[in-house]
Amino acid sequence: MSEEVKKENTNAKDLTAEIKDLVVEFRTDYGIVQALNSMELEIERGKTLGLVGETGAGKTTTGLSLLRLIPDPPGVIVKGSIKLDGKDILSMSDKEMQDIRGKAVAMIFQDPMTSLDPVMTVENQIAEVIKLHEEGGMEHALTRAREMLELVGIPGSRGSEYPHQFSGGMKQRVVIAMALACNPELLIADEPTTALDVTIQAQVLEMMKGLREKYNTSMLMITHDLGIVAEICDKVSVIYAGHVIEHGTLVDIFKNTRHPYTEGLFNSLPNLENRTAELKPIKGLMPDPSNLPKGCAFCPRCDYAMEICKTEKPKRVYRNDTHYVECHLYNEDNIQEGKVSIR
Amino acid sequence: MSTQPLLDVKGLKKYFKTPKGMLHAVDDVTFTIEKGKTLGVVGESGCGKSTTGRAILRLLEPTAGEVLFEGEDVVKLSKDEMRKKRTDMQIIFQDPFSSLNPRKTISQIIADPLKINNIITDKNQQLERVRELMETVGLADRLINTYPHELDGGRRQRIGIARALALNPKFIVCDEPVSALDVSIQAQILNLMKQLQRKMGLTYMFITHDLSVVNHFSDDIAVMYLGKLIEKAPSEELFAHPTHPYTQALLSAIPIPSLDNRKERILLKGEITSPIEPPAACRFANRCPHATDRCRSAEPQLKEISPGHFVSCFLTD
Repeated sequence: MSEEVKKENTNAKDLTAEIKDLVVEFRTDYGIVQALNSMELEIERGKTLGLVGETGAGKTTTGLSLLRLIPDPPGVIVKGSIKLDGKDILSMSDKEMQDIRGKAVAMIFQDPMTSLDPVMTVENQIAEVIKLHEEGGMEHALTRAREMLELVGIPGSRGSEYPHQFSGGMKQRVVIAMALACNPELLIADEPTTALDVTIQAQVLEMMKGLREKYNTSMLMITHDLGIVAEICDKVSVIYAGHVIEHGTLVDIFKNTRHPYTEGLFNSLPNLENRTAELKPIKGLMPDPSNLPKGCAFCPRCDYAMEICKTEKPKRVYRNDTHYVECHLYNEDNIQEGKVSIR
Repeated sequence: MSTQPLLDVKGLKKYFKTPKGMLHAVDDVTFTIEKGKTLGVVGESGCGKSTTGRAILRLLEPTAGEVLFEGEDVVKLSKDEMRKKRTDMQIIFQDPFSSLNPRKTISQIIADPLKINNIITDKNQQLERVRELMETVGLADRLINTYPHELDGGRRQRIGIARALALNPKFIVCDEPVSALDVSIQAQILNLMKQLQRKMGLTYMFITHDLSVVNHFSDDIAVMYLGKLIEKAPSEELFAHPTHPYTQALLSAIPIPSLDNRKERILLKGEITSPIEPPAACRFANRCPHATDRCRSAEPQLKEISPGHFVSCFLTD
């Protein structure tokens, strides 16, 4: 019966994006890399979902899959569904997809230094997107481009300059302006502030928060920084080896941490309040994605691992309507009490 | 003999010539590091923290100033003498991907300092020392003949550390050693470096832009802004009483991975002053929320406001 209730709930949610049971493989000469293993994701309208995990966990692949931009070859979508606004994008034509990219869904890439064209003026780069998706020709597009620059705090008159004349923070703001140019419903931000200094990072995050409120944009925030998650996200999915292992609201994840990997992520961070506290790293390394463990992917690094973890994939256990974890430590009876501890 | 600091840097300057004029990358920086301690150096990209580290080792020739290492000015040493001195002064680089020769195996990379300085000439003894160093930094013996590209970032950084340790140095400049690594791996490397410091009595200059890491790792912290050292204090003091407006903004900008005690942000506005031929004024004045006319017409000097806490700001007058 509880299954039924959950289904009802899912249908009731207003989802901008939904990924179900997505399996993506990169078929290389050296073997098959399993980038996403039954990946799940839900982004509610106007909300921000944080996608947290280490390098190679599949964060960027997830982001790219929402735009159907996974490089093919070697990337192959083996199964699963990706829906934007309830429509399945995997069955769309290339033309339909082009209309979506940059308009309904836009992406901010990680590195502002390499995602801008060095031989094109900044306003022309922004105008390109607008011209493609809006009526009114180049004139209109350029005017809008300058407006966008003003919006992200860059004088419109500087639009005729080239990317190398901008600082790192300004370049990132240009990339953000470009992504926001057509008022996307969904903004995918792939580590948007990693390349920036903290003071500039604070400015950019503040700006993104403001824009989200103004335009009610849904956001997917891909990051490895739990500080940024606490700052800007509504919900969090923690992913490991291409699979969500814990998902919940900020309070669920930060205050009621359940998965040993999530615990490890928190305990690896230096504590600002207690500077002498020893760091507790997660032992070992991410598993080789072309040769994942048979049972729980985190098992070889887990301090709580049991026999069953080696052979069987853990099932999903819900702590409440919003919070679930996939770990053999838990079942319906003990999920309310935590087994892990954050220092 | 009174306790003499291991490293005493006085009035260090490093200018670069550019078509537009002299770029003041490091401008009159003075600090000391006690033996066995860690000085964290923080600041934004382009503030001159890496240049300072390199100028101390003379990987970049300082434009002016003294670098007293155990009382001896290394700036005055000849090339040959400096090369010998570097057995005591080593560096760990930021990027474990570009600081290792891709055509050499791990054992060759770690043995290089031993060969170059003629410390151990016997092949077998070299190999023995390499194995010993690999064990020290936690690299499995089976990796001895692998190449850097076969390893992940964390292991590569361990190679960089083993190489720096090969000559039993007293002092190591750590130039953003963990910023290219994932948090879980970052914690492994930081713990390793702390262990080594305790075991071998190492002195570190720890350059980073990550303030939570520096707070965890350092005894003292120096904050740099556009080539100037603007504040220096023991770590706890700096985090408890940040005094320079820039330090305050910097500390308030750290994203905290917790839902409790969220604090007010100090958001900086304004453009960064150009480091090329900067005027004689406070370099932070353009972005400073408290700037006065005095800040724009004269340069503040570093002053001790409480024991061990130095600030260069007119507001403290």
